[in-house]
Amino acid sequence: MGWVRLSVSAVFLLLGLLVFLAATVGVNKFKRALNRMHAAALGDTLGILFMILGLVIWKGLSFASFKLLLVVLFFWLASPVAGHMISRLEVMTDEDLGEIEVEHREDI
Amino acid sequence: MSRLRKDYETSRFHRFERWVDGEMTPPEFRMETKAPPKRIPPEELAGPRLNEEKIQAAVYDEQHNKELKIFRKLNGVMSVVLCLTLIGVLLWTVLYLPEFGNSDNPTNNEVAARYIEKGVEETGATNFVTGMILDYRAFDTFGESCVLFIAATCVQVLMRLDNSDDTEKMKKKQAEENDRIYEPKNDLILQKVSCVLVPLLFIFGIYIILNGHLSPGGGFSGGAIIGSGLILYLNAFGFKKTERFFTEKTFRRITLAALTFYCLAKSYSFFTGANHLESGIPLGTPGAILSSGLILPLNICVGLVVACTMYAFYTLFRKGGM
Repeated sequence: MGWVRLSVSAVFLLLGLLVFLAATVGVNKFKRALNRMHAAALGDTLGILFMILGLVIWKGLSFASFKLLLVVLFFWLASPVAGHMISRLEVMTDEDLGEIEVEHREDI
Repeated sequence: MSRLRKDYETSRFHRFERWVDGEMTPPEFRMETKAPPKRIPPEELAGPRLNEEKIQAAVYDEQHNKELKIFRKLNGVMSVVLCLTLIGVLLWTVLYLPEFGNSDNPTNNEVAARYIEKGVEETGATNFVTGMILDYRAFDTFGESCVLFIAATCVQVLMRLDNSDDTEKMKKKQAEENDRIYEPKNDLILQKVSCVLVPLLFIFGIYIILNGHLSPGGGFSGGAIIGSGLILYLNAFGFKKTERFFTEKTFRRITLAALTFYCLAKSYSFFTGANHLESGIPLGTPGAILSSGLILPLNICVGLVVACTMYAFYTLFRKGGM
C-alpha cells in the first residue's frame, strides 16, 4: 500500500516538474510578452496543482494537506487575475502587438 | 540755540543720520529686492545643442591624451588587484573560523543554552523565536520597528507631491507625463476576486499576528500580509475607496500609537523586571492564546507598524501621497 501511494505521488510530482519545465522553457523562449505570460500562467496553475496533489497523496489527509489545498485555491484565484492585469496593461501600452486583434471596451 | 543750516537737508551728516536711523539707504548699499524679469526667448533657451558625441570624443580621446591612457590601464590593473586582495583576506579569515558543528564553538555559549532551557519558563512563549525577539531582545525589535517608521517618513519627505501651489496647468502636464493613465482601472475581474481575497488576507494576517507566540509567524510576517491585503484592495478599487478609511492621518496615528505603546510597555518591563523585580505582568500558561505577558500586545504593535509602512510605501511610490 505504501509503495502504491509513493509511486502515485511520485508520478504527480514528476508531472508537475514537467509542467514547470515547459513553463520555464516557454518564458525564456517566446518573443512576445503575451506569449510569455501564457507560458508562465501554465506553471502557476497546473504545475502547482500537480505538485501539491503529489505532496498530499504522499502525506495522506491531514490538517497540513488541507492547508496545502488552500494554497492551491489561493494560487488559482490570484495567479490568473495577476496574469490578466499584466496582459491588459501590455495590450494598452504596446503599440505593436503583431497579428492580435484588440477590441477596446470601456465597460470592463 | 543752534540753527539748522540751510543746506542741511542735502548735507552729508544728515544723510548719515538718516542712514543710521534706518530711514534711508544710499543707492550704493541698496539691496535689490526684486529681480527684473528676464525673458529668454524660447529659441535661445533651446540653444545650439551641445553635441554629446563630440564632447565624449574630446574627453575620451585616447590617442592624444596620454594621462587618460595611463589612468585607464592602471584602473583595470588596480581593480583586479583590489578584488584579489579582498578575496585573499576574506579566505584567510575563513581559515581561522572554528570548525562547523563543533560543540566548543563560541556560538554554543550559555546564552543559547539558557534560551532553550528556560525560554518557555521565563517568557511564556512556546515559539522560541518570538520569545527571543520580543522578550529577551525586545529593545532590538523596537529599533527595527522605528527603522520602518523612519524609512516611511523619509520616503514621504522625498516623494511627496506638494499640492499647495499646483496650478491646473501643472496638474495637466503631470497627468500627461504620468504613466499611470495607461494603467487598467476598475477592472471587474480584479474587483470580484479581491472581494473574496481581501477579507481572507486580513483574517490570515490577524491570525498570524495573534498566534505569534504559539506558532511560526509574528508581527512582521502578519503585518506584511495585512499590508498586501490593503495594497490589493487599493489596486482593485482605487484611491477614493481607500481614502475613506486610510489616510495620512490614520497612518500617523496608528504608527505613533503603536510605537509609543511599545516603548512605554517595554521600558516599564525593563525597568521593573530586568533587575529581578516583580514586573506585575502575568505570564499565563504557555500554549494558551492569552499568555506570555507582553509578547502578544507587542506583536500587535509591530504588526500594525509593518502593515501601515507597507501600504505607505506603496502609495508614496505610486501617487506621492496617502
